[in-house]
This record gives sequence, structure tokens and C-alpha cells, in this order.
Amino acid sequence: MAYSEKVIDHYENPRNVGKMDAQDASVGTGMVGAPACGDVMRLQIKVSEEGVIEDAKFKTYGCGSAIASSSLVTEWVKGMTLDQAAELKNSEIAEELALPPVKIHCSVLAEDAIKAAITDYKDKQK
Amino acid sequence: MIDIKQNYFELLALPVSFQVDGALLSARYRELQKVLHPDRFAHLSERERRLSEQYTAFLNEAQTTLKSPLKRAQYLLYLQGLDTLSETSVIMESAFLMRQMMLREELEEAGSAVDPESALGSLSEEVSAELRGQRQQFEAQYIASEFESAAGTVRKMQFLEKLVLEIEALEDELLD
Repeated sequence: MAYSEKVIDHYENPRNVGKMDAQDASVGTGMVGAPACGDVMRLQIKVSEEGVIEDAKFKTYGCGSAIASSSLVTEWVKGMTLDQAAELKNSEIAEELALPPVKIHCSVLAEDAIKAAITDYKDKQK
Repeated sequence: MIDIKQNYFELLALPVSFQVDGALLSARYRELQKVLHPDRFAHLSERERRLSEQYTAFLNEAQTTLKSPLKRAQYLLYLQGLDTLSETSVIMESAFLMRQMMLREELEEAGSAVDPESALGSLSEEVSAELRGQRQQFEAQYIASEFESAAGTVRKMQFLEKLVLEIEALEDELLD
């Protein structure tokens, strides 16, 4: 199966790969996994006091589409408010990367990851 | 001769269980293979030959499924009405996922270690031990009819099986 140019670009030059301190109160961590393909994805956001995402990092063990989906999400959410980021839809990711139907679940995983990171951050503020 | 409405265990005349006698499975598989051998159908009509091909495909699928502990576990749950094969995104314990992340990081590092073969060897042992633990867990849950929990264990087995394959692939690469 051929990957789109955008997937290859993110796969070869992934943006924002890395790790933040999960204990930091301003950091939200989302960990998700897809059993069927054994993919594991960690997506982290650093949130300002105004509720704006200042930075995002990810690490994904999985196929090119999973890596590209998470890489793209970290690019997109920087500068967004938490509410805006929570609105992100997997269909937007899939469309941007031109994912074929069999790889749509990779974009779902990335959407789940950003949602999990936001939830983790909000839980920490309580 | 072959009833494709039978489940795989019935087809191969084995008890419906996570424990499968591998030798018995192979023996039953070979017996049925002989019955279905294409030479025996050469003189028959095209329709019957096509049927024999379908039967063979069904038999092969049954054998592959029952031979692999993971596929067998998934099939047992499927017979209980739980489909763990086509699910894509599910909630997993974050401690388990973090452990998976760590093991994958170790695999990445093993490739560039001073002695990659021994680093891979010890990682492989670690992962195999965890996989064995999950299989035992699955069996206990299955026997106790705790199918939802057993499905959770199957998901963990899927991550570990994938990792085993990746370790093997890297080992092969190092040998070349």
C-alpha cells in the first residue's frame, strides 16, 4: 500500500518527538494503544495558565500512518485552547494525510490520544 | 464430509479449551487433509472441486487458528460472542501501556547496544515471560467464565505478541 506524500514527510521528519515530565502539573499525558496492530502512542501537552497549549510532544511505536497522525496532531494543537483541541476530529487528520480506509484507525488513535492528554491535564487541576 | 457450520474445535475433534494437544491437532489436520486431497476430486465436476477448495480453506483456517495461542484465545471469545479481532481503539490501563512503551524503547536501544545480541536475548526472555503470564491469566479467566476480563487479557497478549515479532525481526537483521 502506498503512503501519501504527507505521511512520508511526517514519518521521515516527525515533528515534536519527545517527552515531558508527566508529573508536572502543567503537563497533560495521553497514553493510548491499538491492540489489533500493537501500536502504542504517547501524546503530551504543556498548557499555559490561560488554558492555551504552549507545547506538544509525542512518541509513537507503530506504522507510518500512526506516527504521521500523532506528529500532525502535535503541530496542530500548539497555540490552541483546550476547548479547540478537544474539538479535533479524526476525520480532519485522515483527510489532511490522505489516509486510506484501512488506516483510518490510526487517526482515531491520535484523536483519542489528544483527548486523553486533555483529560489528564484537567484531572490534575482539580 | 466436512461441515463448515461446525466450529474449529468440532471440526478437528478437539475439546473446546485453551489447552490444545499440538500433536493431536497436527494428526487430525493431516487426516482431514488426506480426505480433501485435490487428486481425489480430479474426476469430479467443477462444482465439487470448488467445494473441496472451500473445505480446504476452512480446514487451514481452523488449523492456523487453533495452533496459535493468541488466535485460539480470540476464537474462544468469539464463540462466546466477544469480537476482539476487529476492535481498533480501546481503553487500556495506562500502567500497561507505559510498560509497553518502555519495552519498545528498550528494543530500540538494544539495536545499538555494545552487545546487541545479549541485550536482545534478555529482552526477549523478559517479554516471553510476560506473555506466558498473560496466557495463564487468560486461561484462568476463561475457565471462570470471566469473558470480559479475558478479552482485556487478550488485548495485552496482542501487544506482547507484536513485540515478540519485532524482537525476532531485529534478531534476524543482526544475523544477516
